[in-house]
Amino acid sequence: MGDIVAFFLDPAHWSDSTGIPARLLEHLVISGTSILLAALIAFPIGLYIGHTNRGSGIAINVANIGRAVPSYGMMVILLPICLLILAPGLGLDPTFTLTFLPIFLAMTFLAIPPLLVSTYAGLRSVDRDLIEAGRGMGLTERQILARIELPIASPIIVGGFRTATLQVIATATIGAILGGGGLGRFIFDGLNQGLVGRASIYAGAIMVAALAIGIDLVLAWVQRRLTPRALRAPRRQGVSGPTSVLGGADSLPSTIEPAA
Amino acid sequence: MPPGTKIFDFSWLAGHLGQVWERIVQHLELTVIPLLLGILISLVLAVWAVRQPRVYGPITGLTGLLYTIPSLAAFALLRPILGLSLLTAIVPLTTYTLLILFRSFAAGFTSVPAEILEAAEGMGYTRRQRLLRVELPLAVPLIIAGIRLASVTTIGLATIAAVLGDSFGGLGQLITEGIQFVFPTKYLLGAALSILLAFAADFLFVRIEHVVTPWAHAKAGVR
Repeated sequence: MGDIVAFFLDPAHWSDSTGIPARLLEHLVISGTSILLAALIAFPIGLYIGHTNRGSGIAINVANIGRAVPSYGMMVILLPICLLILAPGLGLDPTFTLTFLPIFLAMTFLAIPPLLVSTYAGLRSVDRDLIEAGRGMGLTERQILARIELPIASPIIVGGFRTATLQVIATATIGAILGGGGLGRFIFDGLNQGLVGRASIYAGAIMVAALAIGIDLVLAWVQRRLTPRALRAPRRQGVSGPTSVLGGADSLPSTIEPAA
Repeated sequence: MPPGTKIFDFSWLAGHLGQVWERIVQHLELTVIPLLLGILISLVLAVWAVRQPRVYGPITGLTGLLYTIPSLAAFALLRPILGLSLLTAIVPLTTYTLLILFRSFAAGFTSVPAEILEAAEGMGYTRRQRLLRVELPLAVPLIIAGIRLASVTTIGLATIAAVLGDSFGGLGQLITEGIQFVFPTKYLLGAALSILLAFAADFLFVRIEHVVTPWAHAKAGVR
């Protein structure tokens, strides 16, 4: 315990490019940019499929395949592809290419399935009668999407966003094995440093877990705020706390009815 | 990558098939053992949670907390405690399956409609009979969906265990060695095989689900 506290109190760990603020920023940048790109890809596709119900089979299959891909294997496969094709093609700096690009792309890939499935499933969860009523009132398809489907689907969509964010923040840690930045460096660099290393590993693990849980709590609050007032359930235990850490609250019941 | 290095050297692969096969077998060990342990533990926990609903929250909380520990850190921190043994890889790989498996098992058991349970009771089933003959079969699709996700996750996480050293091996070991000696054939092979293995496991459980739940074909897909 003392070692870990000492690690956090050491001013050397709070300055320069290998300090906590710099590593935290790297972690946030790689997670944020990859989730953003994943959302830019998954969100429009999910909206189209959910609204029209066309191509849902393809979307589900893509999501299932995507969910099966191990992230570490993905990063490693992307390593030579980035170095030999993307970097020369786009004129990128080789160091950047090695330490950022494969991790960033693998994280984007990781985030797409939960975002796509939740957007699609959220839209499909909307009562067909409501949509018909909207059409009857003369709303255009765009208005139906914006005023009926999106508000009702928003808790499920944000639920998928929570899952994606948690997975990316946790998984971005392993980018450190391949020389990437982020909080994973405290863990990986601590691996072969003996006793000092153990404090670094603990500190890294605590920071990654705290970041994941902290951001999940913020998103749980956003999820609640985005839920239309009429649809808000009374606050249930376990929905917003760290128990929902997998973000699975959207897909599985968070409470259990007595069996008998 | 040094100039002149081939991206993928097939002649190396042809000469090292035995070594590659050994890594695949090790990887299967690293996947199957934690998966079986996880299924056993989660089954007990899920049955407990169904009978005592108040333990559901704490169990989800605890397994969720275990899930947030970064895998890299879990392997690294257990090494000085358990030594460089297979156990060091098995323990975290097992705990990572618990959240997924427990949730899907519990959801499976509670997905059984109350009328069916009452019918079973009316037919004079004991609690044990009801669990084995009614609840378990009806929970099968959710249970298999959970095992499917857990197996795929474990295959991925097992590659990370190799960061710790040679003793657990597995496909991650091919990646580590390939990167260490700047030999793309080896790391590409390790990565590609880990992805293929995950696909194979995913496909296997889709088939199993299909075979054991003939009534639910139309609903197969994403949970």
